[in-house]
Amino acid sequence: MRYDSLLDSVGHTPLIGLPRLSPSPDVRLWAKMEDRNPTGSIKDRAALAMIDQAERDGLLTPGCTLLEPTSGNTGISLAMVAKQRGYGLVCVMPENTSAERTQLLTMWGARIITSPAAGGSNEAVRVAKQVAAENPDWVMLYQYGNPANALAHYDSTGPELLADLPTITHFVAGLGTTGTLMGVGRFFREAKPSVRIVAAEPRYGELVYGLRNLDEGFIPELYDASLLTTRFSVGPKDAVRRMRELLEMEGIFAGVSTGAILHAALGIAAKSVKAGETADIAFIVCDGGWKYLSTGAYEGTLDEAEDALDGQLWA
Amino acid sequence: MSVEVRIPTILRQYTGGEKAVSAEGASLAAIIADLDANHPGIGERLLDESGLRRFVNIYVNDEDVRFLDGLTTVIADEDSITILPAVAGG
Repeated sequence: MRYDSLLDSVGHTPLIGLPRLSPSPDVRLWAKMEDRNPTGSIKDRAALAMIDQAERDGLLTPGCTLLEPTSGNTGISLAMVAKQRGYGLVCVMPENTSAERTQLLTMWGARIITSPAAGGSNEAVRVAKQVAAENPDWVMLYQYGNPANALAHYDSTGPELLADLPTITHFVAGLGTTGTLMGVGRFFREAKPSVRIVAAEPRYGELVYGLRNLDEGFIPELYDASLLTTRFSVGPKDAVRRMRELLEMEGIFAGVSTGAILHAALGIAAKSVKAGETADIAFIVCDGGWKYLSTGAYEGTLDEAEDALDGQLWA
Repeated sequence: MSVEVRIPTILRQYTGGEKAVSAEGASLAAIIADLDANHPGIGERLLDESGLRRFVNIYVNDEDVRFLDGLTTVIADEDSITILPAVAGG
């Protein structure tokens, strides 16, 4: 397939059947391969949409500096788009993210401000808001509250899924900014309301939940619970186990968060089998495993991988 | 019946530092009432007059109770309950 530029090639990802992991011919799993985007993650869709929208709104002029709190993938996507559009980028990233993310961000020309590991992305958001106040000429697109993030998935991910899989019954994705689930969820509520929307939320080690008090909790502004059918919390051991099964049984080399999503998808599949229902369950492969090689997720026993991931932001 | 409830760091001041405690009850509301009876003060951190506090998430067998039956969710023997504060991902 031919595109005029790299940015024109964002999206249009393949949907791949999983004949070995699917429990039966009536209950099938389908992987939406978002690792095939230009920087290797689903975040290219949101980053491009947020920058396009900011340009239309007149917020961005040549030479502008963007600022964003990110655990990695959104930053890498923004850096790729920003470089081609002539913007600078400053990312606020928790220090407990993988080394590859820092290397990739730097390679694409971003500057990194680290935020403390304790508190995870909550801290990154807090620090970014502070940096934004100190640098009023910088533009924070703010993925957690920017409608263009969800709209990217309403406009592209959702329609692609329905075109490739008209019989879709379930959609399963990770819950981070909530952009993917909100956009695809809103699309299906209008286009095929019977599709059930399932969130898989990564359950990190205790360090990440190290808030000083409960009032510091965080719910992304984009989140609308009414668009979800249900929501599962998936720990690192289940995520790593499924990530390894995906590689072992279907040959797909995905990141750890995809393992968490697959775990929820397989849970739904098992319920469908038990209920004697047919199901076509599409789930998101957020990114490939490349960025997580240094975390230890692919080596040793499951317990060793779980220990290695403890305290890291693995999704 | 007795189930295990996993307690987040931020609430362990009420459980003497224990990461997990057992509680009894046939519904989530009953479990929380039992927790509060044994660990006074914890209930008020989980609930306000409208129900589950905004930044508190509770999972029964890893499923968010807000998508089950909330506080009236039926709890069976050997269910696992996890309490976590809502934090940012992404």
